Amino acid sequence: MRNREEPIAPEQYELQGPPLHRFSINRREFFRYLGGGIAITFVVGQAWSDDGADVATANDKSIHAWIHIGENNMVTVYTGKVEVGQNIRTSLAQIVAEELTVPIENIEMVMGDTALTPYDMGTFGSRSIPNMGPQLRKAAASARELLRKMAAKQLKVDVSDIKLSVGRVYAGGNDWGKPLYFSDIVKGEKLIAPIDESVPVKPAAEWKVCGKSVPKVNGANFVTGKHQYVSDMKLPDMMYGKVLRPPSFGATLKHVDLTRARAISGVVAVHDGNFVGVCAPDPITAERALTVVQAQWEEKPQPSHAEIFDYLVKNAKPPRGNDGGGDIAGGLTRAKVKTDKTYYIDYIAHAPLEPRAALAKWEDSKLTVWTGTQRPFGVQEELSDAFRIPKESVRVIMPDTGSGYGGKHTGDAALEAARLAREAERPVKVVWTREEEFTWAYFRPAGVIKVKAGADASGKLTAWEFHNYNSGGSAIQTQYDVGEKLIQYHPVDSPLRQGSYRGLAGTANIFARESAMDDLASDLGIDPLEFRMKNLSNERLRNVLSACAEAYGWSKRGKAKGQGHGIGCGIEKGGYVATMAEVIVNDDGRVTVKRAVTAFECGAIINPVHLENQVLGCVVQGLGGALYEWIDFRDGKILNPMFSRYRVPRFADM
Amino acid sequence: MELNINNKTYSVDVEPTASLLTVLRDYLDLTGAKYGCGEGACGACTVLVDGQPARSCITPISSLIHKRITTIEGLTSDGKLHPVQQAFIDNDAFQCAYCASGMVMTAVALLERYSSPTDEQIRNFMNGNICRCGTYPRIVRAIKSVKTT
Repeated sequence: MRNREEPIAPEQYELQGPPLHRFSINRREFFRYLGGGIAITFVVGQAWSDDGADVATANDKSIHAWIHIGENNMVTVYTGKVEVGQNIRTSLAQIVAEELTVPIENIEMVMGDTALTPYDMGTFGSRSIPNMGPQLRKAAASARELLRKMAAKQLKVDVSDIKLSVGRVYAGGNDWGKPLYFSDIVKGEKLIAPIDESVPVKPAAEWKVCGKSVPKVNGANFVTGKHQYVSDMKLPDMMYGKVLRPPSFGATLKHVDLTRARAISGVVAVHDGNFVGVCAPDPITAERALTVVQAQWEEKPQPSHAEIFDYLVKNAKPPRGNDGGGDIAGGLTRAKVKTDKTYYIDYIAHAPLEPRAALAKWEDSKLTVWTGTQRPFGVQEELSDAFRIPKESVRVIMPDTGSGYGGKHTGDAALEAARLAREAERPVKVVWTREEEFTWAYFRPAGVIKVKAGADASGKLTAWEFHNYNSGGSAIQTQYDVGEKLIQYHPVDSPLRQGSYRGLAGTANIFARESAMDDLASDLGIDPLEFRMKNLSNERLRNVLSACAEAYGWSKRGKAKGQGHGIGCGIEKGGYVATMAEVIVNDDGRVTVKRAVTAFECGAIINPVHLENQVLGCVVQGLGGALYEWIDFRDGKILNPMFSRYRVPRFADM
Repeated sequence: MELNINNKTYSVDVEPTASLLTVLRDYLDLTGAKYGCGEGACGACTVLVDGQPARSCITPISSLIHKRITTIEGLTSDGKLHPVQQAFIDNDAFQCAYCASGMVMTAVALLERYSSPTDEQIRNFMNGNICRCGTYPRIVRAIKSVKTT
């Protein structure tokens, strides 16, 4: 489900649809796993069967998550969303805690496990809180009302006399008697109820758990090193896998000799198509085995960084979107000032601190893979396709992972570990090196953005022409009022593998748009904030800009030599954001961002500190893309695949 | 070869050129120190060697004879969190938290050197530790909140 007001410009890896059919879930199996109690599902009713496969099927869209209240007094929430550091394990639990009036400690979140949680397309596009949040809220409210009804029946009182508080159930109006626990109410029940759309949810003004900065769930496990990321996991008899990488992108394997690798005690080596990998009982042996594999590859010519921007423009496909189709030439003739500029955007790397990792285990013909991915169900499909086995034979489990930023949508390491594990007939773990992560993952798309625009003497925009080649359609629409406009995204078959990124193409499009706005304001001699306000009618964004200007001290900003002040703002994914930055250009040409102030408005906030962390993270990561980060490549090889050559923001930049 | 880790002696049968990180993680199941880069450039693998922060991914175990190694697992005593660990929790100074072990270890060494460090001392000392989620300002705040005795 997507926010109706603001369509998301889809990017690669966001176009995956749900499967056409999702078949019924067996009620007996469900409770055998869960234990007794009650379950609230996001389902219209027919997805549940008592007998299994031979009954009705449900539309996939009807189930997104379910909540179970158990005989042990625990509330378990099942969602296909995953935790990658954005802290939805905490904020989604807060939402359920709020509606069910249970302590947050009594809530367990089961996330991103294809065997236990309902299908979910993936955790991306800033959709978890806006989409999954309200659904869980409704489910929790439905559970609350169901509990009240059941309690009323059990205690032989009217439903209106039942109150829920801190995980307990009280009866009898103001004279609250001895409370019952949820477990007393649900004991012996095996009840599945659909969401009741008519139940009221608590208005934000009455929130007691939401709106509070509840600390990260399991926080202590993370600062003590106890949390097991996939790269930390170990199974009995597990082997360590390594994959032979081609010398350049798109190279074809001509010949491989595994004799020497196989001669090493304990080593299993695999050659399957273009895939060559080895595994061994310990990582040092696995590495050694990889170095003695002899392979010949045929490489292919391809564009390098030096010609990438020309390549992107020359190889553009027909544009998507034609917003306005305005009379640009006419608009420009009415302009007093004009800008006509081209902006270049490099490929950059997500560089999640935990590189891709997967642990795979086969039992008979069933495959289980633990992997850090933002799309466990997508990886399940990849594995099912790659091994030509039914999806039901593949279970993908996603423990909270060492970040993604849109960079972990694929199941590369999962495929590799599974292929090696099948050959070895033992569990195999594959952890990518940093160089592999920099090279064989995928990149934030490079792009070229051409902007032609004009404004009249009164400071009103008269024409806006905006072409984005390859970097993406997110946030491509302008928030400013302009009569004549033409805004187009031109897709290109990228020479480098590319995909989603934190903020998607927003960073690129907003940078180009706001830079063009600054040029026009400067040529008109108008304050850049005032120029934006003159052309902006969106009230929420105006308020955000004003709040930012006030916090920044825009009207009192200094104008020393080498000192500059920038503004960027936009609306994307339901967020209204403005940032102002003070930049110093040093005598030697070095650019330092001295401070940045961001105002961010996204409606009611579930967890203020965690939201602040997200916004802060975006600013810091954005600095990297703006100032230091770029992928250098030549003839299909990445030339800076390491942190010592790929500069990311650090403490000293703060 | 014998290694003194968290006041315990471990005997390991691994070649002496092996990195401490591999030995900790893959041979001794002490997985708190993380692999992030393999070249000592990100700090995720930081442990203390005789109280000084060391990048375990580029530290061969042969260099650790008679040295005292402290990992994140050795920081808690009697189940009680170290004040730096507590400060990270109290300040929500992590997001994905993959960098947290290395950050905490480096911060422990920092506070050994400066009992109440300035922002600049914190930034300089911690500069080798990457938090790709960008939580730096909050980490600075967490470190400053630690009351050293």
